[in-house]
Amino acid sequence: MLEIKNLHARAEDNEILKGVNLQVRPGEIHAIMGPNGSGKSTLSHIIAGREDYEVTEGEILYNGKDLLDMDIEERAAEGVFLAFQYPVEIAGVSNKYFLRTAMNSVRKYHDEAPIKRKEFLALLKENLEKLGMDKVMMDRSVNEDFSGGEKKRNEILQMAMLQPTLAVLDETDSGLDIDALKIVADGVNALRSPERATIVVTHYQRLLDYIVPDHVHVLAGGKIVRSGDKSLAFELEEKGYGFLQEEAVAT
Amino acid sequence: MTSENAMLEEFAQREYEHGFVTEIESDAIEPGLSEDVVRLISSKKNEPEWLLEWRLKAYRHWLTMEEPEWHNVKYPKIDHQASVYYSAPKKKPKLNSLDEVDPILLETYEKLGIPLHEQKVLANVAVDAVFDSVSIATTYRETLEKHGVIFLPFSEAVQEYPELVKKYLGSVIPTSDNYYAALNSAVFSDGSFCFIPKGVRCPMELSTYFRINAENTGQFERTLIVAEEGAYVSYLEGCTAPKRDEHQLHAAVVELVALDDAEIKYSTVQNWYPGDSEGKGGIYNFVTKRGACRGENSKISWTQVETGSAITWKYPSVILQGDNSVGEFYSVAVTANHQQADTGTKMIHIGKNTKSTIISKGISAGVGQNSYRGEVKMMKGATNGRNFSQCDSLLIGDRCGAHTFPYIEVRNTTAKVEHEASTSKVGEDQIYYLRQRGLSTEDAVNMIVNGFCKEVYDVLPMEFALEARKLLNVSLEGSVG
Ligand SMILES: Nc1ncnc2c1ncn2[C@@H]1O[C@H](COP(=O)(O)OP(=O)(O)O)[C@@H](O)[C@H]1O
Ligand SMILES: [Mg+2]
Repeated sequence: MLEIKNLHARAEDNEILKGVNLQVRPGEIHAIMGPNGSGKSTLSHIIAGREDYEVTEGEILYNGKDLLDMDIEERAAEGVFLAFQYPVEIAGVSNKYFLRTAMNSVRKYHDEAPIKRKEFLALLKENLEKLGMDKVMMDRSVNEDFSGGEKKRNEILQMAMLQPTLAVLDETDSGLDIDALKIVADGVNALRSPERATIVVTHYQRLLDYIVPDHVHVLAGGKIVRSGDKSLAFELEEKGYGFLQEEAVAT
Repeated sequence: MTSENAMLEEFAQREYEHGFVTEIESDAIEPGLSEDVVRLISSKKNEPEWLLEWRLKAYRHWLTMEEPEWHNVKYPKIDHQASVYYSAPKKKPKLNSLDEVDPILLETYEKLGIPLHEQKVLANVAVDAVFDSVSIATTYRETLEKHGVIFLPFSEAVQEYPELVKKYLGSVIPTSDNYYAALNSAVFSDGSFCFIPKGVRCPMELSTYFRINAENTGQFERTLIVAEEGAYVSYLEGCTAPKRDEHQLHAAVVELVALDDAEIKYSTVQNWYPGDSEGKGGIYNFVTKRGACRGENSKISWTQVETGSAITWKYPSVILQGDNSVGEFYSVAVTANHQQADTGTKMIHIGKNTKSTIISKGISAGVGQNSYRGEVKMMKGATNGRNFSQCDSLLIGDRCGAHTFPYIEVRNTTAKVEHEASTSKVGEDQIYYLRQRGLSTEDAVNMIVNGFCKEVYDVLPMEFALEARKLLNVSLEGSVG
């Protein structure tokens, strides 16, 4: 589904990614771990299409298509979803309106009719309940005056409503208490299916107690320095990232 | 520059959809302004002597005045002798029946989305349609008459209710008030007159739709609304003009009078032709609007969505004379391309426990310049007077500007004035976020801008809010590539 080959990227004068390779197949959950500043968010944003980064080498294929050649909204409509590490506030726009507009934009791209109001509300209600969110939040402005945890949950709600093919969760676990963490994990697990894939970016092993990844990768110094199964996460938990960074420098 | 930034930079070329011209023969006088012209206008309208004198007094005073230059807008001096001061469609419509209105005119309004056939008109909105210098049709007159509500073209009101007109005309905005108000007083041609008698809640929204059609013609309409004790009315005003390369002057005067316990809600969606993307053509919208809360517990609200005009210069104000009276001003002003706006309000607190609220939202794109200018005055007698002002500016792109000029004067120590201001940019991170959820850049900008205006939309009557949203989106069309 997603094939990242020898990806090099920079922002301003800063070379951030220095040859990332990653292959994600349908049905899989991948975890990307790594210390702060190692380029996890950069990688996530490049998948989503943020224009602050310049890809200097390499390519990304998404379902066989050149992802880097697609507009941000086209990627979204084709099923790429990024749960932001820092969700953005939109004053004066209700969450409900925003969600519906987003869904209808994606539908329009696929030449589908807009979702019926009733159908939308029923779906919203169902997902709110699953995520333990109060429906009054839907009438509030997008992310405005939301607590850190509420913002993260709101990202998962959007994911649940949009049903993406490839979801990238950028540190959705940070700032969440254990109950919220479980709910978010439930949200991700509910989306698990043979057609979809998820990339979970985190730098704690904690989340992986609830979302069991098929593969774990460690990003350090702009490269994936180690890949393994979920046991790698436990190893990291024990030893910390220090040894990996040394490895990265050595190679 | 990122490509997103480049797209925002293009936030300029917009299509103006009301820019067509109606081919109709008109009865226009020669260009130029003089006492004779003032007399000619008055006689064409068969006005009583007192009104002619009133006009002449205004004209003579205007001659002694200088065009104001204190506002933050730039334009070449207007040659008032080049303008035509009276133009009317030739076939004089009989106002008793819409069937007798020239079909070309009906078609024009149909095209503008303002059908004048009563079967088709907006449900529960009475419309007075003003075309160049005259009113061509007023709908729902009979229904209104049953409730005692007078809603007439100004020139007819002068004939039918001279005493009422005489009593209130110029009582809020004296002929000598300012340069453009004086000019309007001298040459005003038509407009709407509206009178809600004691205790009547007007059963429908009243609306005037102004259309400038003729070339080189100024439009100088006059609106006068009086709400007697305990009366209520909601009034809507809309405006459009054809695309023309020359600038055209629109200098209107609107006076509102609210007696004890009366309420007037005045909403404007101003969409005069703004000029092209190079700044050629467009309407100079120099307007004086003021309401007097004369009675106790009276209330006047101004709500405006200003998307059109090359230059907008207006300050809908409220004089809070009656104790416990309330004044409100809600405004969205958009300047794209080369548009300039210097707009705001004045709240003059005279009575006790008077309250005012000002919410101003300025949006600038292209090389548009947007200024908020507001004055809040607490006079000696304004015990416990309260004002809250909030002025927010939104910038789209790097070449536009927003400016805020608040003037505050407090002469009563128990009065309180609060002022908040903010300036923000449509953030690239916001656009990115929305696009990541599937919205196009254009839809994303529209969503952000409409969100920014929400507090003002919330107080607009329903149909107008939809119209305003649509207009704003059109204004911003093409600006984001
Ligand atoms: N837009 C940007 N401009 C310049 N430097 C950036 C930008 N985004 C990220 N960086 C830098 O790239 C490095 C990786 O950042 P990031 O991808 O956010 O790491 P992580 O998410 O793993 O903590 C950091 O040194 C950060 O300062
Ligand atoms: Mg990060």
